[in-house]
Amino acid sequence: MKKTLLTAAVVAAAAGFAATAASADTLDNVKQKGFVQCGVNGAGLQGFASQDSAGNWSGLDIDLCKAVAAAVFGDATKVKYTPLSAKDRFPALQSGEIDLLARNTTWTISRDTQLGFNFRAVNYYDGQGFMAKKSLGVKSALELSGAAICVQTGTTTELNLADYFKSNKMEYKPVVFEKQEEVDAAYDAGRCDAYTTDQSGLYAIRTHLKQPDEHVILPEIISKEPLGPAVRQGDDKWFDIVSYAHYAMVTAEEFGITQANVDEMLKSDNPDIKRFLGEEAESTIGKDLGVDNKWAYNIVKAVGNYGESFERNVGEGSPLKIARGLNALWSKGGLQYAPPIR
Amino acid sequence: MTMEEADLSAPRQPARVAFYNDPFWRSLAYQVLTAAILAGLLVWMWLNTLENLKRANLASGFGFLQSRAGFDLAQTLIPYSSDSSYFRALEVGLLNTLAVAALGIVTTTILGLLVGVGRLSSNWLIRKLATVYVEGFRNIPLLVIIFFWYKGVLNALPNVRESIVMPFGMILNNRGFYFPAPLFGEGSIFILAALVAGIVAAVIWSRRAKAQQMATGSRPPVFWVNVALVLGLPVLVFLVLGAPLTFDPPVAGKFNISGGSFIGPEFMSLYLALSFYTAAFIAEIVRAGIRGVPKGQTEAAYALGIQPGRTMRLVILPQALRIIIPPMTSQYLNLTKNSSLAVAIGYADLVAVGGTILNQTGRAIEVVAIWLAIYVSISLATSLFMNWFNRKMALVER
Repeated sequence: MKKTLLTAAVVAAAAGFAATAASADTLDNVKQKGFVQCGVNGAGLQGFASQDSAGNWSGLDIDLCKAVAAAVFGDATKVKYTPLSAKDRFPALQSGEIDLLARNTTWTISRDTQLGFNFRAVNYYDGQGFMAKKSLGVKSALELSGAAICVQTGTTTELNLADYFKSNKMEYKPVVFEKQEEVDAAYDAGRCDAYTTDQSGLYAIRTHLKQPDEHVILPEIISKEPLGPAVRQGDDKWFDIVSYAHYAMVTAEEFGITQANVDEMLKSDNPDIKRFLGEEAESTIGKDLGVDNKWAYNIVKAVGNYGESFERNVGEGSPLKIARGLNALWSKGGLQYAPPIR
Repeated sequence: MTMEEADLSAPRQPARVAFYNDPFWRSLAYQVLTAAILAGLLVWMWLNTLENLKRANLASGFGFLQSRAGFDLAQTLIPYSSDSSYFRALEVGLLNTLAVAALGIVTTTILGLLVGVGRLSSNWLIRKLATVYVEGFRNIPLLVIIFFWYKGVLNALPNVRESIVMPFGMILNNRGFYFPAPLFGEGSIFILAALVAGIVAAVIWSRRAKAQQMATGSRPPVFWVNVALVLGLPVLVFLVLGAPLTFDPPVAGKFNISGGSFIGPEFMSLYLALSFYTAAFIAEIVRAGIRGVPKGQTEAAYALGIQPGRTMRLVILPQALRIIIPPMTSQYLNLTKNSSLAVAIGYADLVAVGGTILNQTGRAIEVVAIWLAIYVSISLATSLFMNWFNRKMALVER
């Protein structure tokens, strides 16, 4: 009996620890298993990561995952998604369960340092806002003193909320849940007066409330929320691929290359475009990155340029109808700026 | 066979077998080996964890507990703000867990006792109702019951602007139950002292009364004297001090009720769900305990002319308790541990607060270690108390 127990314990421990040994070279690992494991929003955040009735994922974060797969394999379908809650997302990346985290995650210094992640590309510049019922007659977040406010736990949102109310000498009652669905339900049931999260999230959540027209999104933006993909620290090669997958989409928009015209663009005389699409004879840009030289072509062919992705998922082509704002190209007054691909 | 019998009858001669066949050395060797492997395994796990943390560029250690938490919590039993430390936040979570567990244990015991006795009732309706209760709650997952109460509370109660106003300034709505907070003025400590003195005096009086009954057969009045001591004394002191008590009533603000004390729907639903769920199991334990006492005991008591009520109280229950207490301990432990399901409805218990800290700091191993340590401590403390109680209640076999 003693022996049996001991054997069982050893086997269990060995099995438990085998999984924790995350490979340092994510690219090799990904190539070997044949797909990219991408951590996305498990609750379904429309515009960023949500599933249709057939189980197909779409959204800005999903496009980024697909872009990475297109760069590595030349095939955007070679992605597997791991739906994650705000609380589960960091351990999932730390443990090596996922290869990259594209889950509307805010880039902060402590996540860069303490948590052992790397952020660089920002696929959506967001800011925290408030939503309240129209019937309350609130015009500004500064009128919310004394309100009960619904917020998801373990987010930068939760911390910004505390800081904002403290600095404005206002009181509030936090109503905190771990899962976004629970926060949505509590807000819809009137458990709290206002809902706070990233403003893009508020637009998305409003669409599936019982009466979307009864709710107003307040004008204040109380924080900077640069949302972008995160990878584990110490694997620069993989970090570069993930970052440049986003930058390729931005660059394609700069050059006016779209999903529709990318094949024509292959014949372009413009040296920048030729280099970008891997048509320059002696170029080793793709090879140096660790992927195929046609990586940028594959990305644009699969998901389009950043502007197309934006419009399709959160912009005018979507129910959210969010304006480009900060997410316009740098040349059009926004913040989306890619380093030169050369 | 005959050989063994002969060996058994003969005096033991250890030198006759080789030491590796000697049961004593053999079992010692196995135990040492098991302990060594276990220790080795633990050391390896520890080193492996450190190595993995280092490789993942993660910080480790418990120093982070002193940092500013930065998040707020809704219901706190001790002062807390976003400027408090993570440690303080954990304290708030622990107290919230203990509060719901302690209240739940009291309620579930009373409820379980009633239902358990109800299942043995001679009244058909009561018996069937108790059976339906037990079979119903026992067969539904606890999480579903929690959600049932939570949605029930949220959907059934009106919103803030249509609050139900009750007497004595109490207010009920879907944000919780608000009631005036008592504010004790100067000298209140004497009232508390009077209460303690009253209880001590009542205990002494009861003992003396019992001793006198044993010695002389006549019992002096106990109940009313004790009421006077426990309730009368503090009230007297309260009046003498000039009633130093005011109330801070809840007031309807623009969004919420402000002032007063309140119990949130998260606490209410968790507390109700835990109490109702565990009561179903306790009812069965109580029923089994009472059934476990032989019928002859009742009959013997009746034959001696003891009334049915006293038979239950003095003959059956003391014997039943012997059977009831050990499984009851498990149910109390279950209730305490099940309170961690609070996370599903956003009650700031130990697990919920720890989860937030885990996520804000990324210290998964440390936070999980804290959870383990605290739950083990709570459970062991409960067990120790119940074991002590069990020994006290157990009949001394003669």
